[in-house]
Amino acid sequence: MPQSRSRRRFLLRSLLTASAAILAGCDRISRSSWAPGLFRTGERANRAVQKALTPRNALAQEFSESDLSPEFRSNGTASPDDPEYQRLAATGFADWKLRVDGLVEAPTQLSLSQLRSMKSRTQITRHDCVEGWSAIGKWTGVPLSEVLLLVRPQPTARYVVFHCADPMDEDGTRYYESVDMDDARHPQTILAYELNGQTLPIANGAPLRVRIERQLGYKMAKYLMRIELVAEFKHIGGGNGGYWEDQGYEWYAGT
Amino acid sequence: MAIANDPAPPEPRRYRYVRHSAAVRIMHWVNVVALAVLLMSGLQIFNAHPALYWGKSSYSGRPPVLEIRAQRAADGRPVGITEVFGHSFRTTGVLGLSTDPEGGLAERGFPAWLTVPSNQWLAMARRWHFFFEWIFILNGSAYLIYSFWSRHLLNDLVPTRRDWRSVGRSLWDHLLLRHPVGEQAKHYNVLQKITYLSVIFGLLPFMVLMGLGLSPRWDTLWPGWVDVFGGRQSVRTLHFVAAMLVVLFVAVHVFEVLISGVWNNLRSMLTGRYEITDAPKP
Repeated sequence: MPQSRSRRRFLLRSLLTASAAILAGCDRISRSSWAPGLFRTGERANRAVQKALTPRNALAQEFSESDLSPEFRSNGTASPDDPEYQRLAATGFADWKLRVDGLVEAPTQLSLSQLRSMKSRTQITRHDCVEGWSAIGKWTGVPLSEVLLLVRPQPTARYVVFHCADPMDEDGTRYYESVDMDDARHPQTILAYELNGQTLPIANGAPLRVRIERQLGYKMAKYLMRIELVAEFKHIGGGNGGYWEDQGYEWYAGT
Repeated sequence: MAIANDPAPPEPRRYRYVRHSAAVRIMHWVNVVALAVLLMSGLQIFNAHPALYWGKSSYSGRPPVLEIRAQRAADGRPVGITEVFGHSFRTTGVLGLSTDPEGGLAERGFPAWLTVPSNQWLAMARRWHFFFEWIFILNGSAYLIYSFWSRHLLNDLVPTRRDWRSVGRSLWDHLLLRHPVGEQAKHYNVLQKITYLSVIFGLLPFMVLMGLGLSPRWDTLWPGWVDVFGGRQSVRTLHFVAAMLVVLFVAVHVFEVLISGVWNNLRSMLTGRYEITDAPKP
């Protein structure tokens, strides 16, 4: 009997040692040069299948007033630590202007009142964060497609890049994001200036944030300062198309 | 003299036969690796927001159904708390507060030794999860095609009429930890068949469907389909519950393997050969 007990203990201990070794191996794989690239094929495949099987202009679910979250959670930057932004905020963004430029025929600058006088869309949608939580809010804003009609993208423009006011680190790297033209022209992609019927609060991205309802929250840049149309985004930021993308998150955030 | 004249008692006949085809063996072990990585990277993804809700969003005015967190106890020391349906449990050391790979105590949902990667790293956990999701899907699809085509499904997994009559006895055998021998051991018993079929055609596809329900793009296929299951956050909860049921299935499966002849079972899933000991004929 004692013999079988010590054998059992030996087996258990070797099992524990083996699993610890496997876990350490997994961590080494995570830090290797090849694994992130290889594993990325999974997310690439998700994107290909999702784009192939869902209609290009399929709408995200819209909700009713009774589904609204009592308070819309603010995530990431709550108030940009930037003197220029704070100066604009002090006057209620009266001097703020959205620059729209890059590969367009008619670059322009739009004030908040100009944006408010354009065609608007109101939608109650769910915001899915990559962390796993979600919140439902009512957004009002200008469809990005309207702004694009105004500036007339050149045929070479493939992506819309959103440049933001909020610095993300000591070096002053600012938040930025990008989407392709399909998502930019999607009817629910709006530049929102109102949340739940009120002026967009600073915590949720005042004066203007973008809503991209078929992707995760990190795509929906807040504190917009400039919209740039580009053929590629390799030269912007870390070259991956967005602040979180430069930290290893996938550019296509539909999963 | 009398003893020598007695006929020797018949030796029980032992022989090996091929129990699992090579295809099933390979797909079984690929599945083991895929499910293990999916579970552990899934727990790391869960750790990014260690709470589960019921409803269309996380902020509906209702508290979460499950929340894992760390907080300070009355004496000022940090403790790990797991709250399920409003009931709090101290889970220091495992859930909410546990040692991190560097050795210090840290706030985290599931402990580092249960997650891939071990440290808090959501982006990398998603890489693992979505890569092995495809291995799991492709392997599972290959298994389904093979099982139909080779009649593995009809011959070995679908209960026969005789099986259905033996449910009661099989249940009793399982409770007494009694296992079939001889010819009978060559077939799955009826409880085994029912369990395998419900995991293959029920639990695993359900878990996949609930995973798809978490994707904002898949939501657009038929806007609102996630509400059939209670809403997006309910779907996330059900994805988690389904994963825990898979863990339960694996636990029972491994237990049965251990008590019904671990080496024989392991050999049959590695080389295919399973040893049968025929009861001596009277």
